Amino acid sequence: MTAKLARTRRADLWMMMLRKLPITESARMQRRFFAAAATAAVRKTALYDLHVELGGKMVDFAGWMLPVQYTDGIIKSHLHTRSNASLFDVSHMGQVRLFGKDRVAYLEGLVVGDIASLQPTEGRLTLFTNERGGIKDDSIVTAQEDYLHLVVNAACTEKDVAHMREHLAKAKAKGMDVDMTLLEDKSLLALQGPESMSTLQRYVPPGTDLTKMPFMTSQVLTVDGIPDCTVTRCGYTGEDGFEISVPSEHAVKLASTLLSNEAVQPAALGARDSLRLEAGLCLYGHDADEDTTPVEAALVWTVGKRRRAEGGFLGADTIISQIKNGVSRKRVGLTTTGPPAREGADILSPDGEKIGNVTSGTFSPSLSKPISMGYVQTPFSKVGTKVLLEVRGKSREAEVVKMPFVPSSYYKVP
Amino acid sequence: MSRMLPVRLLMRRATCAAHRGLFVVGRPFSTYYSKSHEWFKVDGKVGTLGITNHAQEQLGEIVFVDLPDVGKSASKGSGLLSLESVKAVGEVYSPVDGKVIEQNGELSNNPKLVNEEPESNGWLAKIEFQGEVSGMLTRDEYDQFVKEEAA
Repeated sequence: MTAKLARTRRADLWMMMLRKLPITESARMQRRFFAAAATAAVRKTALYDLHVELGGKMVDFAGWMLPVQYTDGIIKSHLHTRSNASLFDVSHMGQVRLFGKDRVAYLEGLVVGDIASLQPTEGRLTLFTNERGGIKDDSIVTAQEDYLHLVVNAACTEKDVAHMREHLAKAKAKGMDVDMTLLEDKSLLALQGPESMSTLQRYVPPGTDLTKMPFMTSQVLTVDGIPDCTVTRCGYTGEDGFEISVPSEHAVKLASTLLSNEAVQPAALGARDSLRLEAGLCLYGHDADEDTTPVEAALVWTVGKRRRAEGGFLGADTIISQIKNGVSRKRVGLTTTGPPAREGADILSPDGEKIGNVTSGTFSPSLSKPISMGYVQTPFSKVGTKVLLEVRGKSREAEVVKMPFVPSSYYKVP
Repeated sequence: MSRMLPVRLLMRRATCAAHRGLFVVGRPFSTYYSKSHEWFKVDGKVGTLGITNHAQEQLGEIVFVDLPDVGKSASKGSGLLSLESVKAVGEVYSPVDGKVIEQNGELSNNPKLVNEEPESNGWLAKIEFQGEVSGMLTRDEYDQFVKEEAA
């Protein structure tokens, strides 16, 4: 059991929950793991006590104690986010700032995006790559007047920081003016759903009109009287919403204020996962990793036009050649009937030949049917292609469909 | 369960309770429980299999029941069917050697019934079995086991 738990810790809880276990085994392992983890320095976010108070079922996720669901359950919480608004604690994610006049050139050496074109307040999704063209992490980068703000995955923070430090030393040795700070005193709250804007509007200064704030932009604002909050219009649900980077000593106050609105319910990791999957968004470490390239992962759109012409990022040769010549496998969306095909399930051709694997799968609360994401051989990647999904030894008919599974409602300024 | 139930369900519950009452007068049933959180209600050589209320609470909202086909052979201690919630898959074990003679077809359209009425209308399958039921717990023993497991 001990060895299993040690492995579990690294593989993260998601994997564990997706494995087929006796009914209560999953819950029991979580509890035992919790006890075992106490010595392994599992971190708590500033909102830990609030989560417990709200009835959150706490689990270890990427080394952080976070709620996987509250008393309402995942489906209700998921649907509430789509119809009203939900508050997620995403403080486990890493927040990094880059300073110095060469910060853009430095970052462009590590990511595929056109960072130079970002005007202050503008942000975008970008990918860190490795020498082989594999995806090291995904990150939301926003530009401010004199720094770049990055949000990276919790499970990758340590690796990303080490990677950036290594290249920082090289950049400095070349005389570049760039510095990096890991923001360890900030929490991150995500307010997501159609009522996010009307809710947040109550707590921003009178001169700030959120109806004029475009999707994927960021402002440093006083929120609910708390100065120095970075508010970015983005999220991981397919809905309109905001991620608020708040000084940790004020995180509970801000969360409580937002939750005092009738439209806002607390939501946890379980709903976050089903929401992002419906929105067709990748979960790093599952739908994308060091061995998948942006082209295979259907994330070519993150590679800026200028970057495709100039290269200059890790793995650029591989990625640019793949954009030109194609790849042998691609990430696709799949719908089926019957049980959800989850991570690891085989994808078969109609003739029963293995053509790929599922990387994420769940029951879609919005569509009331199973949805999956996975990689298939390119000839089977076209929308409308019939394939088979193997779940517990039974093959079931499935179809390659367009993602997002549920139409996104990202905000457009009227 | 503190949740409000639709009237239709409440009525079905009432009917079910009435039925149970009648049956109990006629012939004795024995319901056994397992440490893997199944219940097994025996009537002669046929037993009805389901999961306990505690099990459904642990599993969360059930979205799919992978019902076993009629005729499928069941072997003691082996997985007979799976229950899927949004994030987890729960395996239900057969408490006896035998064969499935009926599945609860209503669960195909309404898997939530396992959450709502786990120990009555949310039954999963009926198994015809040979021999005696052994190695299972009484209700009191099971309740005690759940308490200990939680500690």
